Amino acid sequence: MESITVTFKLNGKTTAVAIEPLESLRTVLREHLHLHATKAGCGQGGCGSCTVLVNDEPVLSCLMLAALADGQEVTTLEGIGTPPHMHPLQTAFFDRFAAQCGYCSPGMIMAAKALLDKNPHPTRAEIAEALAGNLCRCTGYVAILDAIEDVVTQMQEA
Amino acid sequence: MGVKQLGIVGQSVKRRDGIGHVTGQTQYVDDVFYTGMLWLKMVRSPISRGIIHGIDASKAEAFPGVVAVVTAKDVPNNWYTILCLIGVEPNDEPVLAHEEVMYMGEPICAIVAETEAIAAEAAALVKLDIEELPPVLDMEFAISPDAPVIKKWGNNTFMYDGYNHRKLRFGDFEKAIQQADHVIEGDYSLSPIEHAPIETHCCVVKPEPDGRLTVHSNTQALYFTMDNTAIILQVPSQRLHMIGGTVGGGFGGKVDVITEPITCIAAMKTGRPVKWRWTREEEMRKSSTRAGVKMHYTDGVMNDGRIIARKVRSLEDAGAYHRHSPYGVQKHMANLPGPYTIPNVWVDAYCVYTNRQPSSAMRGFGVTEATFAVECQMERIARTIGMDSWEIRLINAYRNGQMRPVRKVVEDATLIETIQAAAELIGYELPAHLKAMSSDDYGGKGGHHG
Amino acid sequence: MAKHYGRGIAAVNYPTGMNLGGDPTQALIFCQPTGGFSVKLASTDLGQGLKTVIAQIAAEALGVPFDSVIVDTGDTDSAPHCMGTFASRATHRVGNAVIMAANEARKALLDVAAEEMEAAPEDLVLENGEIYVKGAPERKTNVFNVALAAHFKHGKTISGRGIYLKQKSGLDPETGACDPDSTEAHATTVAEVEVDDETGEVKVLRLASAYEVGRQINPEMVKGQIVSGAVMGMSHALMETVFPYYPALDHHTYSFGEYIIPTALDIPEIESVVLEYPSSNGPYGVKGVGEMTANSPIPAIVNAIYDAVGVWVTDLPVTPEKVLRALEERSLETH
Ligand code: FES
Ligand code: FES
Repeated sequence: MESITVTFKLNGKTTAVAIEPLESLRTVLREHLHLHATKAGCGQGGCGSCTVLVNDEPVLSCLMLAALADGQEVTTLEGIGTPPHMHPLQTAFFDRFAAQCGYCSPGMIMAAKALLDKNPHPTRAEIAEALAGNLCRCTGYVAILDAIEDVVTQMQEA
Repeated sequence: MGVKQLGIVGQSVKRRDGIGHVTGQTQYVDDVFYTGMLWLKMVRSPISRGIIHGIDASKAEAFPGVVAVVTAKDVPNNWYTILCLIGVEPNDEPVLAHEEVMYMGEPICAIVAETEAIAAEAAALVKLDIEELPPVLDMEFAISPDAPVIKKWGNNTFMYDGYNHRKLRFGDFEKAIQQADHVIEGDYSLSPIEHAPIETHCCVVKPEPDGRLTVHSNTQALYFTMDNTAIILQVPSQRLHMIGGTVGGGFGGKVDVITEPITCIAAMKTGRPVKWRWTREEEMRKSSTRAGVKMHYTDGVMNDGRIIARKVRSLEDAGAYHRHSPYGVQKHMANLPGPYTIPNVWVDAYCVYTNRQPSSAMRGFGVTEATFAVECQMERIARTIGMDSWEIRLINAYRNGQMRPVRKVVEDATLIETIQAAAELIGYELPAHLKAMSSDDYGGKGGHHG
Repeated sequence: MAKHYGRGIAAVNYPTGMNLGGDPTQALIFCQPTGGFSVKLASTDLGQGLKTVIAQIAAEALGVPFDSVIVDTGDTDSAPHCMGTFASRATHRVGNAVIMAANEARKALLDVAAEEMEAAPEDLVLENGEIYVKGAPERKTNVFNVALAAHFKHGKTISGRGIYLKQKSGLDPETGACDPDSTEAHATTVAEVEVDDETGEVKVLRLASAYEVGRQINPEMVKGQIVSGAVMGMSHALMETVFPYYPALDHHTYSFGEYIIPTALDIPEIESVVLEYPSSNGPYGVKGVGEMTANSPIPAIVNAIYDAVGVWVTDLPVTPEKVLRALEERSLETH
C-alpha cells in the first residue's frame, strides 16, 4: 500500500509523519515517532494501557487509525510531564506507590487526566468509573484511586 | 513480639523506579528498537493432537519482505530443557514441533520479516499437513486404562522415582480413619487461569560484531534463561548477554524460556536484530496457564474437633508438556495437608498430561491450590461437627516444635497469631481459652516469640 | 429472592524459597572512589520493588546513606548468578547475599579507615557514612575520605562478595519426607460477601487480613503486595478461567473481553494488619510475602458464600451460574 502523510499536533508540536494507511495511532506513536510511554498491552481495546488524549478525550490508541488523527491534537504521557516537571498526577502516583510494574501507569494517568480536566471534583466512585477501561494486574487499584483523590484534594485546596 | 528497630530498613522509602514508571521513561523490552530490526511471528498448530506429515513454507518464504523461515531443522538442540537444569527428566517438549503436535497453538515454524504485519501475513501462507488424532483433555480419563497414551514413556503422568504420583505417608491413615468420630469428605477444583500481566512476552535479540548476542528479555530469571537458551543453541553461555530485570508484571508467567531461543536463532540466521512480541491472544491461548487441579479430601475428625487423619488425592493438569509442573506438583504435595498438626496423613499427587496448552508456574504455584482446598475443608469440618470456625483452626494449628508430615519440625509458626490478629481486626471477641493460645504453647524447640 | 450476607475465614501458611532448596543467588558490591556503593545483581524486579528494598538492605548493612547505594540489576555481563524472581524468594535470597557482600565490603572499608585513623578496626563505628572511634567521637572521618584514600593512597579495594544458598535436599519417594522451604509466612483473611440468590452474583464487600511476614523492609510496598493479592485472589475465586467449560476447550478466551479481571469498579474494602516475627534465616528476619497474599482470600470468599446461602461451590471460579445451580440442587433436595 502507498504510504500517506498525516499531520497532527503532538504534545503541542505540529508533527508530520509518513504512515501505512491502516496503521494504528499507537503503532505510529511507538514505532514511527518513538514515544514509548504509550504502552501496548493488548491491541484489542481491552486493557487501556495505550490510552492517549485526542482533543482532550481519552482514546484507545490501538483502536484508532492514525490517519484519523490528521488535523487533531494528540497528547501522550510524555506531553504532560517529565521527571523534573512532573504533572501533579505523576507526582501523586509516585508518592502513593501507585505504580508497581508500571506498565498500566501511562494509560491510567492519561485516563485520570481526561477525567480531571472535565470534572475537577469527582467522587471516588466517579474516578473508578473513569478508570474502568484501564486494567492493572499489580496494584489492586487502591493506591491508584488514592493518588487521584490526592490530586483532587490538592486542586480543591488551591 | 517486637522487632529491633533498624535504620533505613523498615522505612517506606519511595520506589527507585517510580519516577521512570509514572513519566513513561522506564524502558521495557518492547520499547527496544534497533535500526534494521526484523519481526517474528509464529506458525502454530491449529489442532490439539496430531501427526505432522508436512510443513510447506515455500509460499511464505517467497512472500515479499520475508527474510527467513525458522523450522525445527534450525534448532541445534530442539528441546525445551528448563527442568533438566534442576534434574527433572526426560526432556519432552520440542522447541519447534516436527513429528507431532500436542496442543492447539504449539509452535511449528517462525516467520521473520521486515515488518510485523508482513510476518503475520506470511505466517498464514504456511501449509501444514497434520493428521488429526483424538485429544485427551480430561485428567480422570487420561489416567484411566482406556485413554490413548500421549506421552512417549508409555503413560500420561509424570513418573516420580518409578511411581506415577508423588507420595506423602505419615503415621497410619488407614488405622486412624477407623477410630475417627466423623469422616468428612470434600471435592475441590480449579480451572486453568492466565497470569495476565499487562506486558506480554517480548524478546529482542541483536547480533553483535564480536559474534555475541545481546538478548533483551522480560524473563523473571535471567541466568536460568541464558543457560537454557545456550543449551538449545548449543553455544557457550558466554556468547549470550542477557539484559532485563525490568518486567511489566510476571506472576510466574515469565519463567518458561519460551521466546528467547527462537528469537536468538532468527537473529543468528539473518544476522540482524529481531523482535518477537506476543499478542494478548497468544498470552491467553498459547502461553502457559496456572494448572487445572482436582483434589479430594477424606478427613477423620474427633468430636472435640481434632483432625486425626487426612487423605488427599490430587490431580494437576500439566497440559501437553512438563514446563515446571513436575516441580510444582512436588511443592503441592508438601502443602496439601495444610498448616495443621495431623498425626496420620496420606497424600497422592499426580502430574497429569493432557492435550492442552501447558500449565506452569503461577503466583503461589502448588500452594494456592492446596490452601484453597484445605481452608474450605476446615470450614466444612467446622460446620459438620458444629464447631466454631475460629476454634477448629486454632486447636489444630501447627505449633513450633511439632512434626509436619514431611518430617520437618515446625520452626516459624505464627498461624495462631495471625488468626487472633484477624479476629481483633474485625472486632470479633475470641473466647479467653482461644486468645491464650500461642504457636509456642506446644513446648517444643523452635519459636522465638519471647 | 434476597441478598444474603456471609462471612468466611481462611488461615494459610506460605513457604519461602524454592521447594527443596538448591536455589542460590549472588551479589557483588564495590565502592567507587568517592564513596558510592554499587550493588551488582542479575535479579529481576517484577514490579514488587526489589530494586528499592535491596538498596535499603545494602545501606543498612553497609552503614551508609540510602542515596549512596546504587542497585544495578538485570545484566548477566555485569553481575553474578541469580536463580530468578519466583517462589517468594527474591527479597530473602538476594537480601541475604547482599548482606554477606556488604559485610565483606564494610570490613575492607574499616580496615583502611583504621590505618588512616591509627585505630583498631574493631574499635570503629560506621553509621550513615560517618566513621568514628568508639568512646571517642571526636576522632572521626567519613566514607568519602576513606574511599579516596583506599583508591589513591593505599591501593586497596573496597568490595564484597555474597551468596546465599539453601542446600538442595532430597525427597524420600516412599514417604515424601523432605525439607521443602526456608521459612514459613502466615496469614488469616476474613471475607465478607453478599450473595444474590436470584442472579447468583457474589459481591465481595470486605477483605480484612492479618499477615505475618517476618520483617517488613518497606511497609508501603508490603501493603502494595497485600492489596494486590487481595484483588487477585478475589478475581481467582470469582472471575477467572481460560477454559469456561474446562476440561473442554470451548470458548477458550482470547482477550480481556471474555477473560474478566477486576477493574477499579470491583474493589472491596481492603484492610490489613502486619505482624513481624523475624525468621532466623531471612535478611533482618524477612519472610517471603509476594505470593501468599493472593491465597487466603480465595477460600475465605468460598467459605463466606457458604455462610451466606448454605451451599458449597468449590469448583473455581465461583460464577453466578454455579451458585444458582447449587441453590437449585439444594432446593430440589429439600422439597
Ligand atoms: S493496547 Fe489498546 S486497549 Fe490494550
Ligand atoms: S502496576 Fe503493573 S499493571 Fe498496573
